[in-house]
Amino acid sequence: MSIWEYANPKKFITSTERVLPALWAASALCIGVGLIWGFFFTGDEARQGATVKIIYLHVPAAMLAINTWVMMLVTSLVWLVRRHHVSALAARAAAPVGMVMTLIALATGAIWGQPMWGTWWAWDPRLTSFLILFLFYLGYIALWEAIEDPDTAADLTSFLCLVGSVFALLSRYAVNFWNQGLHQGASIFRAEAVIGTDTEEKVSNIFFYPLMLCIVGFVLLFVALVLYRTGTEIRARRIKALMARERVAA
Amino acid sequence: MMPDLGKYADTVLSAYVASIALLALLVLVSVMRGRRVRDEMKKIEKRVMGNG
Repeated sequence: MSIWEYANPKKFITSTERVLPALWAASALCIGVGLIWGFFFTGDEARQGATVKIIYLHVPAAMLAINTWVMMLVTSLVWLVRRHHVSALAARAAAPVGMVMTLIALATGAIWGQPMWGTWWAWDPRLTSFLILFLFYLGYIALWEAIEDPDTAADLTSFLCLVGSVFALLSRYAVNFWNQGLHQGASIFRAEAVIGTDTEEKVSNIFFYPLMLCIVGFVLLFVALVLYRTGTEIRARRIKALMARERVAA
Repeated sequence: MMPDLGKYADTVLSAYVASIALLALLVLVSVMRGRRVRDEMKKIEKRVMGNG
């Protein structure tokens, strides 16, 4: 069995419809338990106080904001190289999910930043690159809507996705490139930070476990949403094809 | 049951409300559009196939 079998729209829809109920349920369970655990059953952090509880929303959303674009990059490249429609439609389906994740990351960051940094916003490398990433998501969605021919739209949005990838990567590594600005460096998915062998700050296990559960939940929600939305895009494309057939027959 | 969020209660609660509202809206809009498109496709398929 090859992954390219799922390039067949019918096969894609029948296969995803089988796994979607389990994905919805698992994501709701992980996010629900993770947020309840984090909100009700973890204490305050010494310096941040209760605002540390925002981590359970901010970190998973920020991770997905970047990784959604990476997924769109991969599917766009598959479209450009192999011309599989499902691939282009998956990128289209993922964009609004990535945009909402970027918005959540920006909003929760600003809400947290006000009491902690004394400002809602700073032109910090990571914050600025995230704002640009958000604008790229808006532009990508608008470009799909603006072009009538689906293949031309898929081509142009794929090229836009390639350009935007620079900012997606910049969003991830901005804190490493420029050792300045307000945003802290990586403290969760850094091996030395997790096992505690470096001298840099790490996230305490009290916060780490519920955070991991929230991250897993957000990833499952992302997969469920993208599969479901791709199915919708495939059907919308079929409607256009059927209506064109009807016009020709008339 | 509600934890004591101290002086940061507004900050924490507003972050949770905004995020959960955005996530719920995303899921709701996706599911509603999915159902609408599915129904529309069935209707058009029936019509087109019916016309031969």
